[in-house]
Amino acid sequence: MSEQGTARHRVTVTVNGVERTLDLEPRTLLVHALRNELSLTGTKIGCDTSQCGACTVLVDGRSLKSCTVLAVQVAGRSITTIEGLAPGSTLGVVQEAFKQHHGLQCGYCTPGMVLATVDLLGHTPDPDEAAIRHALAGNVCRCTGYTGIVDSVRAAAAAGAGQ
Amino acid sequence: MIPAEFAYRRATSVEDAIAALADPDAKVIAGGHSLVPMMKLRLARPALLVDIAGLPLGGISDGADEVVIGALTSHADIARATVLSAGPLAAAAECAASVGDAQVRNAGTIGGSVAHGDPASDAPAALLALDARVRVLSAAGQRDVPATEFFKGPFWTALGEQELVTAVVLPKPAGQAGSAYASVEDPASGYPLAGAAALVVVEGGRVVSARIGVTGVSGTPFRATAAEAAAVSGASVGDAAREDIAGQDVFGDSRFDEEYRRHIAAIVIGRAVERAVARAQGGAK
Repeated sequence: MSEQGTARHRVTVTVNGVERTLDLEPRTLLVHALRNELSLTGTKIGCDTSQCGACTVLVDGRSLKSCTVLAVQVAGRSITTIEGLAPGSTLGVVQEAFKQHHGLQCGYCTPGMVLATVDLLGHTPDPDEAAIRHALAGNVCRCTGYTGIVDSVRAAAAAGAGQ
Repeated sequence: MIPAEFAYRRATSVEDAIAALADPDAKVIAGGHSLVPMMKLRLARPALLVDIAGLPLGGISDGADEVVIGALTSHADIARATVLSAGPLAAAAECAASVGDAQVRNAGTIGGSVAHGDPASDAPAALLALDARVRVLSAAGQRDVPATEFFKGPFWTALGEQELVTAVVLPKPAGQAGSAYASVEDPASGYPLAGAAALVVVEGGRVVSARIGVTGVSGTPFRATAAEAAAVSGASVGDAAREDIAGQDVFGDSRFDEEYRRHIAAIVIGRAVERAVARAQGGAK
């Protein structure tokens, strides 16, 4: 065993614009820190094997699968969860587009889809369908299908979500 | 799934990271997108994780004779790097764009990918075709390992226990060159069932040299030397590719059997060569 031991770590992160300090075992996954320590349950656990994308969050603006990231890895960084896109009662542009264009049915994959879309539109403000499908390939929907989701992303782009 | 217990610390410098590797149960973590899943399944149980993500090993530098990709450069940044995509090293960008999905490309790094040595990863194909060198550092100093000598088998590379991958170096090809990466992916996992990268140089409309790297097909990424010769001689690249693959111990499972993989490997080799030639000639993308 190494001399450092398996001591808990103080992890300070900015979550949805608010600085939070957590006392965590190094093995705590980011998704568990968000859901269990910070009660941000909008981030879902789906496959737990980094395939389905339900746990997608933004770290410094880029989409990551929080089931495959240790919370200690993101110390000092800025995290956006689905709750951070609609701080009041008004939906964010991407969320509103998903609502208007039937981009969801059961809603379980939706937080991940929306955050992956925010990442996409951040670097590609006007993606074509192929680019949208490529960007969302890591987010699996098992009920409503992808047509409405692609329409929602196009509508979000048209509404200037990436500007 | 939660990994077994481990200690964690952030490396304060490259030297500090290498010193920490003196612990035989220590493991380096960068993006963690290969390591964390293995730790969750408890296929890997390191006692100490040394996090190098904060070290200054990221970014792409465009030199006179070579492009140096820092080990911590994400697949996403490589995919979007115009210094690669707009020139004869396009296969590197195309290969990075084929890795996993957007989230994996954001987290995963080129250094982590090559150090992990997964025979199903995309990167080795481009590194073999582009005659890349893997730059590694240890207490004894720096050395460059040619890609052809780096990948030794499944999860087995030339990287020593106390060595750290610091960069991947891509020499700029001389002459009128073009490169491309083509793959057929497992639709569920996104891993290539077969992936091939090709770099060709043309003179007067004829291919005068070709290098082809193949990944995903067998335990060790390899060069398709018969197909390389065919691309230059004008013989059928597809026939030669089948000859290259015949010499390989090809993966097969209940969904994608060996024969299917041999078939698509020859196809992706042909596609990579065709697109590399078109790019070298300044034609279609």
